[in-house]
Amino acid sequence: MTNYLCQFLDWGLISYQDAYQRQKELVDKVSRNDPQKLIVCEHPAVLTCGRTSKPGNLLVNEEILKSRGIEVLRVDRGGDITLHSPGQMVIYPIFDLNFYGRDLHVFLRKLEQVVIDLLSDFDIVAIRIPGKTGVWVGGKKIASIGIGVRKWVSFHGVGLNIDTELSLFSVMRPCGLDVEMTSLARIKATSIDKIKLVSRLKENFRREFNLTFG
Amino acid sequence: MSKHTLYELKLPSLGEGIKSATVVEWLVKEGDMVQVDDDLLEIATDKATFNVPSEHKGQLKKIAVKAGEDIVIGGKLAIIEEA
Repeated sequence: MTNYLCQFLDWGLISYQDAYQRQKELVDKVSRNDPQKLIVCEHPAVLTCGRTSKPGNLLVNEEILKSRGIEVLRVDRGGDITLHSPGQMVIYPIFDLNFYGRDLHVFLRKLEQVVIDLLSDFDIVAIRIPGKTGVWVGGKKIASIGIGVRKWVSFHGVGLNIDTELSLFSVMRPCGLDVEMTSLARIKATSIDKIKLVSRLKENFRREFNLTFG
Repeated sequence: MSKHTLYELKLPSLGEGIKSATVVEWLVKEGDMVQVDDDLLEIATDKATFNVPSEHKGQLKKIAVKAGEDIVIGGKLAIIEEA
């Protein structure tokens, strides 16, 4: 089986807008046959509205949020509104979907599988819910997924709640659904070993997407 | 009378089991000149957006599906007159 070269990048805490610009530059590079990139980072609190957002899903006035330092941004990923904030691991795979069958939904399912396998490494049983893209634990949502694809190269990606302040989600209906969010730390009721987390994430991506990290 | 060839821009296959998508926005307007591989419009399906590129160089003569409307795979999105 072919393996695909992938660079792993940890951008740490970075503003949503800076990370977006960097992703777009990397999409261009990968579309010109640069190695694929797997990025992890965290964002200061920010609400983003995907392309299929409905206005009613933001429950609080934008000005009130702004006064608390939380911006609301319209972005070019699929899906509705979501929240990023410190403690959420944001995963941006800049992958060439020509390697994976040029199938947008298969790619979404593969991203879900990586998260399901990662959570299994922490002894958590997570599932998909057909028609509700994302990853779920005991009826609560732990990971949200929304992607953009340009020239068959992906960007945007996955927000996985590690030890996120979950009360922040109360300002919206996440992904336009009446759902309760959860996090890895909430489920385990303990602090999370982030070194193990990143190493298991890479391993599960390597397996699911036939990657060689270099 | 124009001797230029007219091409239909069709919604490409986005994967097995994907039957249709929604037009999010057009990135060009009728009358614009377009190049091969230029992104012409953004579409969305499930939690993914995708930019549909032009396969021809020429003038965008007519947009057949407006923003917000659904289109089936293989359906006609626009007409391009080859330059």
